[in-house]
Amino acid sequence: MLSSITVLLLCQLAGEVLARLSGLPVPGPVVGMLLLFAGLVIRRGVPDSLDRTATALLSHLSLLFIPAGVGVMVHLKLIAGEWLPITVALVVSTALTIAVTGMVMQALARGKRRS
Amino acid sequence: MKGGDLQAIWVYLSTSPLLGLTATLVAYQAAHWLWRKTHMTPLLNPVLVSIVLIGGFLTFTGIEYRVYFDGAQFVHFLLGPATVALAIPLYRQIRLLLRSALAVVVGLVAGATVAAASAMGLAWALGASHRTVLSLAPKSATSPIAMAVSEGIGGLPSLTAVMAILTGIVGSTIAVWVLDAVRVKNEAARGLAMGTAAHGIGTARAIQLGEITGAFSGLAMGLAALVTTVVVPLLVRAFFG
Repeated sequence: MLSSITVLLLCQLAGEVLARLSGLPVPGPVVGMLLLFAGLVIRRGVPDSLDRTATALLSHLSLLFIPAGVGVMVHLKLIAGEWLPITVALVVSTALTIAVTGMVMQALARGKRRS
Repeated sequence: MKGGDLQAIWVYLSTSPLLGLTATLVAYQAAHWLWRKTHMTPLLNPVLVSIVLIGGFLTFTGIEYRVYFDGAQFVHFLLGPATVALAIPLYRQIRLLLRSALAVVVGLVAGATVAAASAMGLAWALGASHRTVLSLAPKSATSPIAMAVSEGIGGLPSLTAVMAILTGIVGSTIAVWVLDAVRVKNEAARGLAMGTAAHGIGTARAIQLGEITGAFSGLAMGLAALVTTVVVPLLVRAFFG
């Protein structure tokens, strides 16, 4: 477990450095994810211990968003003055985004299978 | 025990990182238990319930967010390594990913464009201020990217951070309803939709739905951040000239 946490942190660190050096608008951890993905492709497989650590971390991913989420409560007054347009825009736009993304990808994936 | 001792214990606890960290774990487990008990009722989303519980606790005790975060930061820190770990479910789906690469890219660009355009259009039509409209535009991207984009187009980054997290909570709450309503059954497409619309918080929900859904949601979260930084400034120029 210690070695797999070290691998994850090393990838994140390399990702942060690369993201800053390149000036690309992608968060460091996301670059780290791509680096690890490339590593797994080269290695052709996931080591068991890395697999176990990743599964443990990801099974409670929701938990990790709570501290930032509580921060939102503190800043809710920022939207108090315009809560109606913001709430409607947020909810409707998010529903539309989910529907459109899902339908477009499903249609294209299905079309490909038929041809 | 004398009242003074209790007071001293409270003074210690209310300033120590122990309390914030413990409160976060206790609230999450309570919320998760409630969610399972109610057969995963979408409105009892564990993230939402935990935030309300902790928010209430902080208000009730008068503990400042800064003090709470001293403890909660240990949980917050794990977001980075957890994001890196998303490479593992994605690697497992590498064949499916290569086969559906075109559908992924087109779905992502369509989704990220709809996310920004509809948020700006709706907020503008309902009379929101110019700065609010701009701050809403990058809301579907993961919060550090959303804030950077917001700054670049003249929005308010702190307002955008709030929007991004609220979008994640709303998206993870309604995603299954919406996808069922529009009959999207393809698991990869369901995941892509959740990650594109609701970044990491959507991905946390997608992981609970299955391996394929989680893998594509994690991928979508990363790529949508990139697409958003390109699409949003173009849309803003088209909207406001």
